[in-house]
Amino acid sequence: MRAFDYVSPTSTRQAANLLSSTWGNTEILAGGTDLLALMKEDVVTPKRLVNIKEIADLRGVKSDSSGLRIGSLTTLAEVAEDAGVREKYPAFAEAVREAASPQIRNMATVGGNLCQRPRCWYFRNGLGLLPKDESGKELVEEGDNRYHAILGNDGPARFVSPSTIVPVLIAYGAKVRLEGPKGKRELPLEKFYVIPKTDRDREHDLLPNEIVTEVVIPAANGWKVAHYEIRQKAAFDWPLAVAAVALKMDGSSVQAARVVLGHVAPTPWPSPQAEAALKGQPANEDSAKKAADAALANAKPLSQNAYKVQLARVAVKRAILKAAGGAA
Amino acid sequence: MPDYQWPDPAHRTLIGKRTPRVDSPEKVSGQARYTYDVKRPGMLYGKMVRSPYAHCKIVSIDTSAAEKMPGVKAIEIVQKPGATIPWAGDEVVGVAAIDEATAEDAARAIQVKYQKLPHLVSDAEPPAGAAENQGPLSLDDLGDMLQNQVPERQIVALIQEYGISFKPTEEDIKEAKDEGVPDSVIEAARNATVHPEAANKTKSNYIKAATQSQGDVDKAFAEADAASEGFYGAPVIVHCCMEAHGSTSEWTDPDHLFVHMSTQNVSGIAGQMAEPLKLPAANIRVHQDHVGGGFGSKFSPDRWGIVTAQLSKKADGKPVRMMLERDSELEVAGARPSAYARVKVGAKKDGTLVAWQSHSWGTGGPGGGGMPPIPYCFSIPNQHKEHTAIRNNIGPARAWRAPNHPQACVLTMSALDDLAAKLNMDPYEFFLKNLELTRLSKIYRDEFPIAAEMMGWKEKWHPRGQNISGNIARGVGLSLHTWGGRGHASDCDLSIHPDGSVDIKMGTQDIGTGTRTCIAVVAADALGLQATDIKLYIGDTLYPPSGGSGGSTTPGGVSSSTRRAVVDARDALFAKVAPALNVQPDDLEARDGSVRVKSDPSRSLSWKEACSKIGATPITSHGHNDQAAAKNKPDLTNSGVGGVQMAEVAVDTETGIVKVTKMVAVQDCGLVIDPKMAESSVLGALVMGISYSLFEEKIMDPTTGRMLNADMEFYRLAGLNDIPELKVHMMTGPGYDERGVIGLGEPPVISSGAAISNAVANAIGVRVGVIPLTPAKVLAALNQTQKAGA
Ligand SMILES: Cc1cc2nc3c(=O)[nH]c(=O)nc-3n(C[C@H](O)[C@H](O)[C@H](O)COP(=O)(O)OP(=O)(O)OC[C@H]3O[C@@H](n4cnc5c(N)ncnc54)[C@H](O)[C@@H]3O)c2cc1C
Repeated sequence: MRAFDYVSPTSTRQAANLLSSTWGNTEILAGGTDLLALMKEDVVTPKRLVNIKEIADLRGVKSDSSGLRIGSLTTLAEVAEDAGVREKYPAFAEAVREAASPQIRNMATVGGNLCQRPRCWYFRNGLGLLPKDESGKELVEEGDNRYHAILGNDGPARFVSPSTIVPVLIAYGAKVRLEGPKGKRELPLEKFYVIPKTDRDREHDLLPNEIVTEVVIPAANGWKVAHYEIRQKAAFDWPLAVAAVALKMDGSSVQAARVVLGHVAPTPWPSPQAEAALKGQPANEDSAKKAADAALANAKPLSQNAYKVQLARVAVKRAILKAAGGAA
Repeated sequence: MPDYQWPDPAHRTLIGKRTPRVDSPEKVSGQARYTYDVKRPGMLYGKMVRSPYAHCKIVSIDTSAAEKMPGVKAIEIVQKPGATIPWAGDEVVGVAAIDEATAEDAARAIQVKYQKLPHLVSDAEPPAGAAENQGPLSLDDLGDMLQNQVPERQIVALIQEYGISFKPTEEDIKEAKDEGVPDSVIEAARNATVHPEAANKTKSNYIKAATQSQGDVDKAFAEADAASEGFYGAPVIVHCCMEAHGSTSEWTDPDHLFVHMSTQNVSGIAGQMAEPLKLPAANIRVHQDHVGGGFGSKFSPDRWGIVTAQLSKKADGKPVRMMLERDSELEVAGARPSAYARVKVGAKKDGTLVAWQSHSWGTGGPGGGGMPPIPYCFSIPNQHKEHTAIRNNIGPARAWRAPNHPQACVLTMSALDDLAAKLNMDPYEFFLKNLELTRLSKIYRDEFPIAAEMMGWKEKWHPRGQNISGNIARGVGLSLHTWGGRGHASDCDLSIHPDGSVDIKMGTQDIGTGTRTCIAVVAADALGLQATDIKLYIGDTLYPPSGGSGGSTTPGGVSSSTRRAVVDARDALFAKVAPALNVQPDDLEARDGSVRVKSDPSRSLSWKEACSKIGATPITSHGHNDQAAAKNKPDLTNSGVGGVQMAEVAVDTETGIVKVTKMVAVQDCGLVIDPKMAESSVLGALVMGISYSLFEEKIMDPTTGRMLNADMEFYRLAGLNDIPELKVHMMTGPGYDERGVIGLGEPPVISSGAAISNAVANAIGVRVGVIPLTPAKVLAALNQTQKAGA
């Protein structure tokens, strides 16, 4: 095992100061369900681990005027069980319950889930996040890309954003709060994800010494929200496409919509095109299909993942119909 | 003459009854010890430096930095500079250190320089005209064909036609004999023309592995009323044993080695380690209590097993453990060869099969591999077959549960099912119509109606694509299969002690198939005891040898040797007890925990009282089952089983996701020792069958030549929620019992792929030719029909 320092600060400020200002030197350790696997496989090789689990402030679910505040150390199991989440944000609770396995949900934290690294098999096999061979050949483009991106995939990034709970959080209008040496900031969750252009970039708008402290979900008053995943296996499987939809209805027609896709692009993928297609329409099979087509109109499949375009379309359509049929 | 014959139903106390596994308590309470659990005092941890390239030459190896690291105890170079590496993940250098982390650091500190060579990891259809004739066969070619169960006749024919590229030494021949290579093959190699110059020739990746014809295919197709053409296949999959391959070796003194190994072949390991270690096999002890899966991939000590012994030697005999990491387990520890075929098959209007033509190809790694036995089960009178073997750098092939049969079954039964659809026939009627072309028509004829009844076939079957409601299409499919399963050589030592306890010693292994229970039931049945009354000692070379658990040979072997031993011991006991009951030994029987007079059961001694007549030393007996049927008098085992499976599926036509909603298996295996265990063997096979039909595939990267899904996230295995209602029926009674005991491990996994694929075709109205039936492939097939329809 490569030797590394291990520190356990008790405040976010301390933690931020223990983190390096360049990527690669230090890593934040939360539940470890992702980080430890990456370290064992030698994909990341930090010199120092900053364990944040001793920071009590980061735990638990609170609610105030800004909405529901979920501390970044709250585990997925705790979120799934939380009465407030289940009552007010059932689609989010459902997405969390469907993620990973009970064992992983017991360890995995919300902050870690937001910041987890892509499951791209080239990345996980140590060939890089933007993998190339010595001759500069792009491995994903040339190779087996059946699970890779169909949108936002001009390159060099072609992995898909892994979290299955983030699309529905974005649909609920969630924000993420960060704290670093320079203080605190808040971002709409969709702005937290970026497409890396070079090997030095990450897939999050996070400074190397910033910590995710909270996710805030505004009150979902009047929004009907649904989450739909397409997985080949019945459980414990990475989805092939995810869609989350929030609808605000005006009588029988859609007044406003949020449509967010997952597992189709290097970031969670909000679709203004689908939202526009739904606006003013009744929420039915026909409008759902049109919105789904609009969401995927710009899809550019790689050599082996054209089927994902169809799956993403179906996910969007079914999420819209599910949202239209269900409660908030 | 002792009466070794299997007892008739009236005289069976346990055989044929539902006995729970004798090792269940140990397993469910977590006490069962696997090789992975073995922790020896002072044990060192081994790690392997593995090649990152799929095809390369080792240029140099520098171990100096690793040698200097504290805690590093031994380093063993496995392949020297100059060696050619044929696949990514191949073993290069082994290290042993005081803990796993140090061993890993040491492995990382070893500098190996490689010269990359061009690689091929694809098994796509060979370009037209690319296949070269098979040249003279190398030793590796032969080994590969034997491993892939290429029929003996076919191998002999190839040797006679092409000669060989090496001169077999007496040692090669001895080794071949020891490994059970058929005499005809050895004889052919001995008499073959040797072309030593061929050994150095670079070989094409594509070899014409077989061209076979019988009858007059062109005429038969011309006269056929219907013909169907299709493309079918099954990719390379891996064994993915839950307990990875591995072992712990220690030198108990400079001349003796003690090995704990995860293996299907306890009695066969020492012999394979002796040569490379230059140590008499008799000085090697091998032990294993439980194994977490092998499926055909754990017969050899493997290079990494030999390395543990070499490292231990360098580390003053300290135990050295090396269990494969999950990625290596999937990359190098076993793969099932792929098989693809373009098939044309023709029949008469009434369904009678008349002609088969196939162009097939597949890979088993660098060895290429042989043609699977197609057409499977049905000897269609007119045939023409060509097979191209692809030699590539995906890693080595190993026997996978029923080697070559599941692939042959997919290729054949899919093609026949498509032909039935073309004839507008219910495949049930179509297969029945052609059963006379199989060797086990009587068995299949018994099994078909039972399977149909259990599935509700008559109610569920409909012409293709005619049960679609909304986006869910439902369908049913069927398939049939066969397997050998004759018992292997097995030796059994049995003792009845004066205190009434009974023990059995046998160097076999229980690979989760219930071998312990099988032995205990056979022994207890003859002694009128319960299975749990028998104390079993297995899994060690200290006990009499018993064959490796492959080819479904174990139940026939161990039950036969146990039966002989127990009958002899029981008769010896009767001889001691008879005077006390004032009868002749022949007048006695052992029933319900007593020894009693057959004609007057009230005259009896309890089992304990009876055994007290033994005297001071236990009764001992030895039972032997011979590999050669003719040497067993009487022969208690047999070969040739038949099975039929039916699957029902629901397919989401928008997503292409296939759910198996029900599976039915009807299986014969001769005399069933324990129906409960037999059923669970079949249930396990169905689970594995669903898994390879829907999910499994070894995915290789064309650029780097590495396996991309050497993990358990993207090497998908079926989970609990993917498994539907499973129904099993074992054939028993007249016509079955008197055949003797036949193995069961392999046959029930053969048909699942074809049955599920046929069910999907029935549901969606179009064939998805290649398994696994992933959403991508199902959608592609559906889009094809939509385009064709538009
Ligand atoms: C087999 C398997 C299946 C899975 N299936 C799913 C699934 O279906 N859906 C899904 O969404 N996820 C799935 N996951 C991913 C899982 O949800 C994540 O691994 C988990 O949420 C990460 O949380 P953690 O606390 O363990 O993070 P860690 O492993 O501790 O950290 C993960 C990453 O986030 C960083 N990090 C952690 N906390 C913070 C913080 N507060 N601020 C800044 N950076 C931080 C770490 O430095 C690290 O880079 C699966 C994982 C596995 C292993």
